[in-house]
Amino acid sequence: MALRKPKLAVWKFSSCDGCQLSLLDCEDELLAVADAVEIANFPEASRAVVKGPYDLSLVEGSITTPHDAERIHGIRRTSKFLVTIGACATAGGIQALRNFKDVKEFISIVYARPDYIETLKKSTPITDHVFVDFELRGCPINKYQLVEVLSAFLNGRKPNTPPHSVCVECKQRGTVCVMVAHGTPCLGPVTQVGCGALCPAYARGCYGCFGPKETPNTASLSAWWSGLGASERDLMRAFRGFNAYAEPFRRESEAHEK
Amino acid sequence: MKSRTIKVDYLARVEGEGALLVKIKGEQVTDVKLKIFEPPRFFEAFLRGRKFDEAPDIAARICGICPIAYQMSACHAIEDAFGIKITGPIRDLRRLIYCGEWIESHALHVYLLHAPDFLGYEDAIRMAKNHPDEVKRGLRLKKAGNEIVRLLGGREIHPINVRVGGFYKTPVKRDFSALAEELKWARDTALATVRWVATFAFPDFDRDYEFVALRHPDEYPFNEGRLVSNQGLDIAVREYDQHFVEDHVAHSNALQSRLTERNSYFVGPLARYNLNFDKLSPLAQEAARSAGLGPVCRNPFQSIIVRSVEMVYACDEALRIIEHYEMPDKPAVNVEPRVGTGYGCTEAPRGICYHRYRIDDRGIIVDCKIVPPTSQNQKTIESDLRQFVQTNLLLPKDKLQWQCEQAIRNYDPCISCATHFLKLYIESE
Repeated sequence: MALRKPKLAVWKFSSCDGCQLSLLDCEDELLAVADAVEIANFPEASRAVVKGPYDLSLVEGSITTPHDAERIHGIRRTSKFLVTIGACATAGGIQALRNFKDVKEFISIVYARPDYIETLKKSTPITDHVFVDFELRGCPINKYQLVEVLSAFLNGRKPNTPPHSVCVECKQRGTVCVMVAHGTPCLGPVTQVGCGALCPAYARGCYGCFGPKETPNTASLSAWWSGLGASERDLMRAFRGFNAYAEPFRRESEAHEK
Repeated sequence: MKSRTIKVDYLARVEGEGALLVKIKGEQVTDVKLKIFEPPRFFEAFLRGRKFDEAPDIAARICGICPIAYQMSACHAIEDAFGIKITGPIRDLRRLIYCGEWIESHALHVYLLHAPDFLGYEDAIRMAKNHPDEVKRGLRLKKAGNEIVRLLGGREIHPINVRVGGFYKTPVKRDFSALAEELKWARDTALATVRWVATFAFPDFDRDYEFVALRHPDEYPFNEGRLVSNQGLDIAVREYDQHFVEDHVAHSNALQSRLTERNSYFVGPLARYNLNFDKLSPLAQEAARSAGLGPVCRNPFQSIIVRSVEMVYACDEALRIIEHYEMPDKPAVNVEPRVGTGYGCTEAPRGICYHRYRIDDRGIIVDCKIVPPTSQNQKTIESDLRQFVQTNLLLPKDKLQWQCEQAIRNYDPCISCATHFLKLYIESE
């Protein structure tokens, strides 16, 4: 008897669709992936839906509505492994900027009829709601890391995604430090790798789209930024980006508020 | 009286979350609702208080499929507020990165999202079993577009190299040599794509649409031009708010746009093509004619041909830009913030994307407005469905439902960005 192909499902919550697009952006690997797994639920790519349970669920997006806060539990129940993909699913995303303000005011700025809108006060990561087996970082995720995660879970091993800072990758690729050499403020020292240390290679400072590295010293970095002329407001905005609600970045941005 | 409902709870092969509800009473379609339940994300609210130079990166996160559109509209709007006009190689590189996004996005839609409808497959992966060569070539074409975005932008999704005033770093000419070879292949493949999709069977369908697109005196539009329509609209981008309004309806988290003087309108490849056919390159015009298209096409189902023609153009244009490229002295012009309001409108793959920013003397955004293409097409999609279902009531329900979905996919709706879009319900009472 032939072995059953593992079932892969892709789920979307509040997001820009970019992280699940990363799977379709694996132009060279997509058909091989489709050979190795049964794509059982992936509405962005297919109208066919195969019933669960699923061997691996990829979850994109953050929880922002009462309905979604319910829906994620159903997905957890039908999934053997649940992996979150991207900054929205792992940290609440850019839409978590509402968490620092009054969402009612936000609704009234954008919508003529606030009474038509149903939304939660906070945008929260998936892990605040259900057990998550693995979190893949990035805004957007790196597609090669995604293939690594798929391959790891399908083969019963741990994904190899390093937790160290962007600085290490700058050294590896031989990029001159933009902060030391040019005085350009950079979040690289406190941000996890995964992007390939892109921004410094393009002569700009890292803006933290992969979120905090393990044990980041954000206070020390802030002091260095101040030395380069960054104001308290600049620091607050810098940490309040695509991973604003990730704990170390949240605390640091609040330290510079006011 | 017999009544029916067509209901699609979760529209597939569109970017984002939406649903469709069609109600039929006897022989009459009584209601069509395109529901957008993509959760609201409030970009226009949290952009307030951010610094102007953060806007392109933040706005990009509205849509992972067309981040360049958001970056370009944001940059042009803010530069408008500061009185900056970009010319020369930086302007050309902006057109080039936009060519990349059109090729990537159009190839995704033509090959992976829309062609399966015409050939009767639920997705491109199932289609690949019988049409492996087409799917593979579609993926390579998409990759060629992504290569442009990656080279200029650093990565395909949410590129990091675009800034107000230009780029952080500009490539040297030889960086383009491998890409240029791949683009020559891509141009040939785009031509083959036009020939391939022209053989599909198209439902006989058209309506008297008002098409709206940018028009520029010298070129097929990406970043600049006046907003024109086939029914007399001819305005500068900064007059947008006087002619277009957004309505908030109960069934949708997306705001619906309409023209104040008339009503619904149509943006995207078909609109651009109909209003700018004369600005296409000779090769793209020739490709369109050989596929049986005149200078005007009103059948939204044939938008797949037009999208393919636009891929020919984008490859052609990209190769032209690369051939003439000389690296600028500086990657960006100097940007001095000043108080003011700026307006920007560029041609996203799905149609015009309008941004307006009011900025204070410290360069902080005081307020902003962003109108994505899909919210502008939403009313037109609903009207299409009303007519389409009305004239196809005799089709079996599952077939009618699939064709309704296909009619929606004609617009390549990008729901994540329209939220502020899609399930299909056809309900007969």
